[in-house]
Amino acid sequence: MSDPSKRSPSDTRIPEVLTADEQAAEVREHRRYWLERLLQIGVFTVLVGGWEVSARTGFADPFFFGQPSGIAATVWRWARRGTPQGPLWQHVVVTLEETVLAFSLGVLIGVIAGFALGRNRTLAAVFGPYVRMGNAIPRVILGSIFVIWLGLGMASKVALGVTLTFFVVFFNAFQGVREVDPNLVNNARILGANPHQLSFDVMLPAALGWITSSLHTSFGFALVGAVVGEFLGATHGLGYLVAAAQGAFNANGVFAAMVILSVVALIADALVTWLERRLTPWRPSTRARDV
Amino acid sequence: MTKRFRTPRGTFYVAVHSLTCAIARGEFCAIVGPTGSGKSTTLNRGHVSVLGKPVTTRSENVGYMFQTDAIFPWKNVLQNVATGPLYRGASRGEAARRAREWIGRVGLAGFEDRYPNQLSGGMRKRVALAQTLINGPAVLLMDEPFAALDVQTRTLMENELLELWSGTSASVVFVTHDLEEAIALADRVLVFTAAPATLKRSYPIDLPRPRNVTEVRFDPHFTQLYQRIWEDLREAVIAYERSIKEITF
Repeated sequence: MSDPSKRSPSDTRIPEVLTADEQAAEVREHRRYWLERLLQIGVFTVLVGGWEVSARTGFADPFFFGQPSGIAATVWRWARRGTPQGPLWQHVVVTLEETVLAFSLGVLIGVIAGFALGRNRTLAAVFGPYVRMGNAIPRVILGSIFVIWLGLGMASKVALGVTLTFFVVFFNAFQGVREVDPNLVNNARILGANPHQLSFDVMLPAALGWITSSLHTSFGFALVGAVVGEFLGATHGLGYLVAAAQGAFNANGVFAAMVILSVVALIADALVTWLERRLTPWRPSTRARDV
Repeated sequence: MTKRFRTPRGTFYVAVHSLTCAIARGEFCAIVGPTGSGKSTTLNRGHVSVLGKPVTTRSENVGYMFQTDAIFPWKNVLQNVATGPLYRGASRGEAARRAREWIGRVGLAGFEDRYPNQLSGGMRKRVALAQTLINGPAVLLMDEPFAALDVQTRTLMENELLELWSGTSASVVFVTHDLEEAIALADRVLVFTAAPATLKRSYPIDLPRPRNVTEVRFDPHFTQLYQRIWEDLREAVIAYERSIKEITF
């Protein structure tokens, strides 16, 4: 700790030869990893294999319960030759478009509202109870209203997604602003910050940790909004595929749309993780991810 | 100044009562007293006047160093140090230039791009020092700034502080509960009594400058001063312990 200026950051290196103990530990760690992977695959095989076998033996009627091989074939057919309702990519794109729009709008409005109410006690006192009331409404019901108001197009799905994401982001932004370390605020004041600088140079970055941790949840909600909206009434989208397959008593089709939806959601989640890292680069990278 | 807190039973706990102290320009003044004696309250809630003019929180004239880390975790070292000048209207280039100069002065050259969580406790204190001193404060208030550091790092930081301070004309009010630290650093040590905090006595410290806080502790005169002030401080601590027993929150 003597003189930090003379110490280069990477001087704390250890010779790269491992001791016998360390090697044994590494081997154990390795075995453990592969055992876990093996068990994971085992669980999948038992579940899906069991399903397939019971469908084939007639224990579970594939007409109602679907069949893994049938689901895989349906996904493959849709990907290759398109769905009965048009090309598959078109539906994926529509759903994604709605999700991203709802997510962006919901986050934007949520951050602005949460920040304003967090900074201003009067605003918080006046609007706080109404926001909590709004949050208590089961918002999926609003989907039907939005379809009536905004029609079968994209707008009704985006509106539903926004009402879902807004509250998650709002409460996080609000809490984030409220819980800013008072020392940081005092320090900024003494250093000469005016109220504007205090808001955007101190409060907002301090709350950003809270806000970004809500992004995963809110992206999931945006997707739910889009799919439920499509399910209730639409002409395109993965939710519409589910509804159409249901209408045709095509269980494999419902499951196939579900599989595609999961894959899309996983990819989107990875993108949100990337966004999160970009927004808070000062955080240690080993941070445990919240699920 | 006077400061009261309400206790849960509705009575008042007078933390600080009618306290005034004047500090000369460029003087290093340390305040010692029992823990909880209202030293920090004096710094935080007191009114500070410079040359007879009252100072507001947002003033060019005052710097403040906190007990806990108060540098911004989302800014790297350069951005942290440049904060003050930017808030006070300096251009980006100008602020960065001055920040680099101060980063060099506190011995952190080469660490400009690091974020606080990538620094040690001592390095974070250096950033805090640079961040405060870059504004050229006339009065520097320090609330047990090195209390959280280990003893070795602490000594280093104390020497660092003395060296940086000698290059400025700032008056320092340094709150600590460590009498050795107070004597080693200050021109004058103020002993506080507790609950309510009042000034018990003021001791001039006539140890020669420039000082090295490690070496000055072996000075016979240091030991003399320590014993004299400790007598006073011990009484204050005992009185404080007694008063706490009587209050029973």
